Amino acid sequence: MNGFEYTRAVDIVDAVRQIAADPAAKFIAGGTNLIDLMKENVTRPSRLIDITRLPLDKIEETTVGGLRIGALVPNSDLAYHPRIEARYPVLSSAILAGASQQLRNMASTGGNLLQRTRCLYFYDASTPCNKREPGSGCSAIGGINRMHAILGTSEHCIATHPSDMCVALAALDARVLVTGTSGQRSIAFDEFHRLPDDTPQIDTNLRADEIITAIELPPKGFAENYTYLKIRDRLSYAFALVSVAVGLDIEGDRIKDARLALGGVAHKPWRDREAEAQLSGASPTRESFAQAAETLLRDARGFGHNDFKIELARRAILRALGQAARGTPQSQADKRIK
Amino acid sequence: MAQPSSAARKSSEKRLTPAKMAVTLHVNGIERKLAISPWTTLVDALRLHLDLTGTKKGCDHGQCGACTVLVDGRRIYSCLTLAVMKDGAQVTTIEGLAQGNTLHPLQQAFIEHDALQCGYCTPGQICSAAGLIAEGKAGSADDIRELMSGNICRCGAYPNIVAAIEQVMFGKKETPGEAKR
Repeated sequence: MNGFEYTRAVDIVDAVRQIAADPAAKFIAGGTNLIDLMKENVTRPSRLIDITRLPLDKIEETTVGGLRIGALVPNSDLAYHPRIEARYPVLSSAILAGASQQLRNMASTGGNLLQRTRCLYFYDASTPCNKREPGSGCSAIGGINRMHAILGTSEHCIATHPSDMCVALAALDARVLVTGTSGQRSIAFDEFHRLPDDTPQIDTNLRADEIITAIELPPKGFAENYTYLKIRDRLSYAFALVSVAVGLDIEGDRIKDARLALGGVAHKPWRDREAEAQLSGASPTRESFAQAAETLLRDARGFGHNDFKIELARRAILRALGQAARGTPQSQADKRIK
Repeated sequence: MAQPSSAARKSSEKRLTPAKMAVTLHVNGIERKLAISPWTTLVDALRLHLDLTGTKKGCDHGQCGACTVLVDGRRIYSCLTLAVMKDGAQVTTIEGLAQGNTLHPLQQAFIEHDALQCGYCTPGQICSAAGLIAEGKAGSADDIRELMSGNICRCGAYPNIVAAIEQVMFGKKETPGEAKR
């Protein structure tokens, strides 16, 4: 780890002022990813600005019937919050599918959005990586790429976003509230993370002088028909090969509204509005689920070791849509997939 | 999220080492004052500065759980925690669980169930289990397995670890061999 200065932000204005004044500074909250990246010499901040004493740890009702989650709410507190469990169970489930309880106790809501890929080449400072060292090349293309993306890749980067929580937030149409030197703004979740294109070093559309203050959930939580299905190499404490968050609004024998987001397959939680539109108005049958999977994966492309993810994703989508339609969501303790 | 430019990197490396910072930790009920660098992790502060070597350093990357301690009653990884960020906090390590010569019920249960071989992961396992019990979210052996997944045991004593925790949580007295899925 490199030497750095350590300061504390006394309020949000002070935090923004400090980050704007030093382009090589970083905020630290839970630190679960940042400290690890610093130990690996992947990230070398000049200064860490401790934001953990800011008053951003509340979960509150919004005026339109949703919830506002403070950026410093720990992942475990969010997963177990009675209103999240009751109204947004897909979010609870996704959080509990990720990491370990120790990490969930440490990690913050805002930090979960800003965690970086676990691509082994990104972590290995001795190898070329366009995300770590722009222009140096991508070692995963043509390298060991079993964990890598099959959708939205570019010739510069095939890394995946590692979060489970973010897959549920994408499905729920959450918004990210941020504050910078020019004031506050709200970013649609789908617009927050970026695809790699030719700038894989930039993960998100958060500006250098901005801090995440909260996540807002709209009223609709899909509490009746949902699931978070995560497929991985071991049953717990492992990153997703493929994960699927589903929220269905079913009336009679018709799907009124469908949300389908995938993790482990792209540089950001992956949603496909065309696939969701096909489900809306359809009966919740295996045929309509298969059609949606076909649409979502139409441009999927493997890079050798991860070719299996295309078929795995297709089957996981079918299974997850079935779990949601039947009202039998995946348990995160009993790992049998039904 | 851009990486610092090479110019910024050089300037940060040339920066003078900051003065050590004063940090107060309440470790196992005792106030301990430290003067440490901001990059000192909590596990290093405990082991190297306070001579509390019960907490183990395994992977040092938040992947094994050997460094688990309780901070303000919650289990965390001390290897991914900067000590300076926990100024004023209550820290409980394996050394703080027993009451005098009376072992903590988890320590006693780990012995009774032979829940270890080499023992390196054991302080982390026991601190983690203490956190698990305080959280109150585990109601079955499946829950215990899932919520203890952040502690790796390379010797594979898992069935006995689950049995020991079940005994403390639910008063079960089964023999280790029966603690199966």
